[in-house]
Amino acid sequence: MAGADKSVRVDVMRSQLGRVRGLGAAKSGVGHWWGQRLSALALVPLSLWFIASVLHLLGASHDAVLAWANGPVTIVLLISLVLATFYHLQLGLQVVIEDYIHHDAARLAALLAVKGAAILLALACIVSVLKIGL
Amino acid sequence: MKDVREALSVARNSEGRMVQRPLSPHLQVYRPQITSFTSIMHRATGVALAVGTLLMTWWLVAAATSEDAFATAQWFIGSPVGLLLLFGWTLALVYHLINGIRHLAWDAGAGFDAPQYRQTGYATLIGTAGVTLLLWLIGLVIW
Repeated sequence: MAGADKSVRVDVMRSQLGRVRGLGAAKSGVGHWWGQRLSALALVPLSLWFIASVLHLLGASHDAVLAWANGPVTIVLLISLVLATFYHLQLGLQVVIEDYIHHDAARLAALLAVKGAAILLALACIVSVLKIGL
Repeated sequence: MKDVREALSVARNSEGRMVQRPLSPHLQVYRPQITSFTSIMHRATGVALAVGTLLMTWWLVAAATSEDAFATAQWFIGSPVGLLLLFGWTLALVYHLINGIRHLAWDAGAGFDAPQYRQTGYATLIGTAGVTLLLWLIGLVIW
């Protein structure tokens, strides 16, 4: 009796609405997880390039640094590095803060401070790169 | 106590006293292992690198500001304190990079067996020491 072996299987223990929202138990979805992984992936080649650049520029004069940073390729790589670094950094520090600061107001203040600082520092880096390179 | 999460974290300890159970990651309870050590170090180096971006920002802003500002930044990086920070930054970056690749492999579903994650854990530590020393050797030769 082949038919009797077929049992009804429930693969998903979630409502249709829950599935379509895709937010899960934490109610924030997988955006943070993906953002941290994709920026990590981008940072693998960018960090290697940055390490090579730092070695190349050891003890270099101001003029040599300006000459190195001049040109679209270096500008694009530097800005990519800055964006990926500060994006990855604020996602990482967010998790650390959420893990260790349990007082609601203090946690919110720390999160806002870190995110605000990340934006300001990233902008400072980008403006500097453009000022040197353009 | 006004939160159900707080109520759930109350339990008796081995002496029968009511205590607030410790929060994860239970550093004071578990025996240190290569997995917990590499995990804790990933977070620690991540925080250290976040602080290190201040130095990178200073260097870039100084280069864009003036020759004097750049000379000050270069002087600081070349000072004993600056070199120590730079060495720590190299160590943290190399570790976070290698262990980060290990994490990405896990996210792709690879390397989850116990012998494998122990081996890659020790390989990460050895690789970090080796690559950091190699980079500083190259750096010192160039410098």
